[in-house]
Amino acid sequence: MAQTVMSAHADVAGAGIELDDIQGLLRFGFKHHTEAVFLLLQVTDAAAARQWLGNVQVTSSVSVDPLPKTVLQVALTGAGMRALDVGADVVSGFSEEFLEGMAGDPNRARRLGDVGENAPDRWDWGSGARVPHVAVLLYALPGNLEAFQRSIEAQCAAGFELLYRLPTVNMGGVEPFGFTDGLSQPELDWQRMIPAADQEQLGYRSSSCLGEFILGYPNEYGLYTPRPLLDAQRDADGALPRAEDNPDNADVGRNGTYLVIRQLRQDVRGFWQAIDKYARGVPAERERLASLMVGRTLTGEPVVLGPGGGVDNAFTFESDPEGDRCPIGAHIRRANPRNADLPTGGIGIVSQLIRTLGLNSSARARDLAASTRFHRLLRRGREYGVRLTPAEALSAPPTQSGLQFICLNANIQRQFEFVQGAWLMGSKFNGLHEESDPLLGSRLPGAAGTRCDYFSMPQAAGPAQRLEGLRQFVTVSGGAYFFLPGIRALRFLVRVGASRSS
Amino acid sequence: MTPQSQFTVVAPITAGGEAALRALLITMNSAPGVADPRNPLVPFGEFAQLHFARFVILNDPTLGDIEAYGVPRPDLPNYLALVGDCDGPAGACLAEMAQRAGAGLRRIFGHCEGFDGRVDLLAWMQAHDLPIAASYVNWVGRTVLQIKEESALQQLLSARMDRTPVASAAEARQRWRQMVDLVRNEIAARRLSLTSPEPTPLDWVIAKSANLLVSLLLSLLALPFLVILAPALLFQLRRQETRDPEICPRPDSDLLVELQSLEDHDVSNQYTAFGSAKPGAFRRGLITLVFAVIQFTARHIFMRGYLARIQTIHFARWVFVDDKRRVLFTSNYDGGHQAYMDDFINKAAWGLNVAFSSGVGWPHTDWLLLRGARREQYFKYYQRRHQLPTQVWYKAYPGLTLTDLDRNARIRQGLERELSDTEALAWLKLL
Ligand code: HEM
Repeated sequence: MAQTVMSAHADVAGAGIELDDIQGLLRFGFKHHTEAVFLLLQVTDAAAARQWLGNVQVTSSVSVDPLPKTVLQVALTGAGMRALDVGADVVSGFSEEFLEGMAGDPNRARRLGDVGENAPDRWDWGSGARVPHVAVLLYALPGNLEAFQRSIEAQCAAGFELLYRLPTVNMGGVEPFGFTDGLSQPELDWQRMIPAADQEQLGYRSSSCLGEFILGYPNEYGLYTPRPLLDAQRDADGALPRAEDNPDNADVGRNGTYLVIRQLRQDVRGFWQAIDKYARGVPAERERLASLMVGRTLTGEPVVLGPGGGVDNAFTFESDPEGDRCPIGAHIRRANPRNADLPTGGIGIVSQLIRTLGLNSSARARDLAASTRFHRLLRRGREYGVRLTPAEALSAPPTQSGLQFICLNANIQRQFEFVQGAWLMGSKFNGLHEESDPLLGSRLPGAAGTRCDYFSMPQAAGPAQRLEGLRQFVTVSGGAYFFLPGIRALRFLVRVGASRSS
Repeated sequence: MTPQSQFTVVAPITAGGEAALRALLITMNSAPGVADPRNPLVPFGEFAQLHFARFVILNDPTLGDIEAYGVPRPDLPNYLALVGDCDGPAGACLAEMAQRAGAGLRRIFGHCEGFDGRVDLLAWMQAHDLPIAASYVNWVGRTVLQIKEESALQQLLSARMDRTPVASAAEARQRWRQMVDLVRNEIAARRLSLTSPEPTPLDWVIAKSANLLVSLLLSLLALPFLVILAPALLFQLRRQETRDPEICPRPDSDLLVELQSLEDHDVSNQYTAFGSAKPGAFRRGLITLVFAVIQFTARHIFMRGYLARIQTIHFARWVFVDDKRRVLFTSNYDGGHQAYMDDFINKAAWGLNVAFSSGVGWPHTDWLLLRGARREQYFKYYQRRHQLPTQVWYKAYPGLTLTDLDRNARIRQGLERELSDTEALAWLKLL
């Protein structure tokens, strides 16, 4: 966690990166800012809303010392842009999934597993008339949030209605089930050391091209993700950056990214009670099973490394192809299978060619999920509710706890939606069957009534052990896709809206 | 072993008949785009040899793209296609369908030109069954019957398996032996059946071997000419690659929503794409050669679970329509559309480029293999824009993917021969 502390970063960004234009959340987790609340707003008076958005102080990615007492970040939904009258010519340049919204289409709901208990029409916010327009994320050093929040809410009252407040609590780096969280993150290539080229990667790396997380920079394909580009004449005074790949265009996307929020309610008591039953009340077994479900122990050691492996993040699952140590379906192995573009094998060009043609059966067996580098997420979630130890959770009355899941990505479809839909909810992920993510699965039967409520734990000596009849432990209770603009783009969007409305 | 075959019955839709045809096709479904296996028009589920089938209206909104190549927009009809994959000869499957679903098929094809109440349905369908330019079958010889029986076997064993760890490989063998006995008893009690494969048809073996020989001979003969012509051909290829317009606008939201409404009702999905080939003799020759090569590799190399690195395609085919001016591609694949496309881009973009870059508007390629589909977003727009909504789609084994079929087949194989101790342990791990 310490690596995302603000002051720990020297300003090492490479040439041409405007840290002062990039919202801080892309670079920092604001972990010292242990207090946070996320305000979901709807525009009631567009002029007043624009006025506030045009002037509000937004924290950038520049490191400052001492740390600012308070931090504010702003993001807009497609509905929000329309409410601010940004204009279809600009708005239509954003991605399809952003414009449709998380809850806008039953087909998307089906893909994301937002069905049954998770269905958008049951959400507290995010669907129908309850789609937020703007998210204002407030963070503060201990003791500073209350006054800050009060003042911001008062400022917003003229232009917005407060749709929903997403509270957070500081659980000390642990999520409500009790696992250490925030350990694995892609490392952004702030210095632009990775060449902007389309090159096959033969090893897993935890670093990512900037363009995977920030629009306007080359992504892992060496390309620029589509985003709204405007004829430079639309921005004669140069308020916006010019597009790197197209200098005649003003780049509305540059230094911005998409921000996904999902409110995930965790049934902490149900989770531990269920596991306790599988473990027949034996605490050590309980912890073992829970660790296998996550792929890390409560204290964060990857189970693939075995006891004493330490809390490391520089590991892959290469040495455990069958999942004997870390189940194939463990949460972190689904969320990030940590593999390269081609299954490993001999170093010669012939061996590589044979694997490229699919002619090596051992390589094929390890090739069902590949190329993780195109499916990474920068997670920025915070917990809410009450922190309980597993033992407490077993006896405590039910709590309202969970994760305000937040992730950042430049391509919602290829990153968040892919990880959520194909990898986490997928009942056939990586050759598995009859199971989805052990933490997140809705357990609803699949096509032809196939069950989806198992969790299999392969073992070296015999058939996989299976937990049967898993219940649903996590329920979606809200969500939306936002655009987290570069700070100049934020001001520009507001101005476009104002000029159209005047 | 029973080889698989494919049929692609394509016929022009009568003027003004399309709307009524759409309305009729929809009545066959139990969910958007998903055929009810017992629908009264064509009860697909009754045809035991049928793996997949679809009815799709070939109405190509991108027909005008070819104008970017200086060719006027052609006046080509919209078609109805009945596409299927079956065990044994396609003719036999069509005959059975004509016999048992004749009335329904007549109602459907009644919306096609030249079809009236008097035609001989089977002869008509066979006359409209277009030759397949290239076809891919995931596992040649795996029948629907085998898939269903082996799935039942897997479910039985999985439920009855003692999942405690074994102390030794010898114990693994013991446990395997118990399972062999269990299966034997279940079969004796007729609660389970594992039908032995049919003998491989001799004519199929001969045709395949002859094809191998002739293809190799022809290649040998052609090789010197190709070598001599290579510089000119490569020059022509590069010239076209650098000049061919790329037509990859973002597809219409309405189209996307319609396509997506038909997807993810099962663990597998269908894909139908239709488009024009680039004009000119060079492309016509190239595309013919490419499909011949694909056909050859699919017939002799990629017939055991994978098409290069892609392991999620059950059946696929390329079919020329309108005298090679247009190409129809259909596939049945596992997983969601997004994963299907990402799989292709990341594992076999070169293959996509070879197979599809002669399509009008394909993202810029280099030397036939490079870039193209690696231009991720352009490719994704392109393939969605050329995809057609598949009105009716049938899969004989919902809920099962190719990894399931493969695992279940291995489970069965492990019962039908003697296993060593270590083999027995590996077998237990399949369950
Ligand atoms: C309440 C719901 C969730 C809980 C309790 C949870 C818990 C955890 C835990 C304990 C870890 C291991 C710590 C770490 O590696 O940082 C983790 C990792 C991760 N989770 Fe979740 N998670 C939840 C939802 C999600 C969702 C919805 C997604 C994505 C759509 C997701 C994606 C990831 C990713 C990408 C990792 C890092 C994997 C790696 O790089 O090794 N999680 N999660």
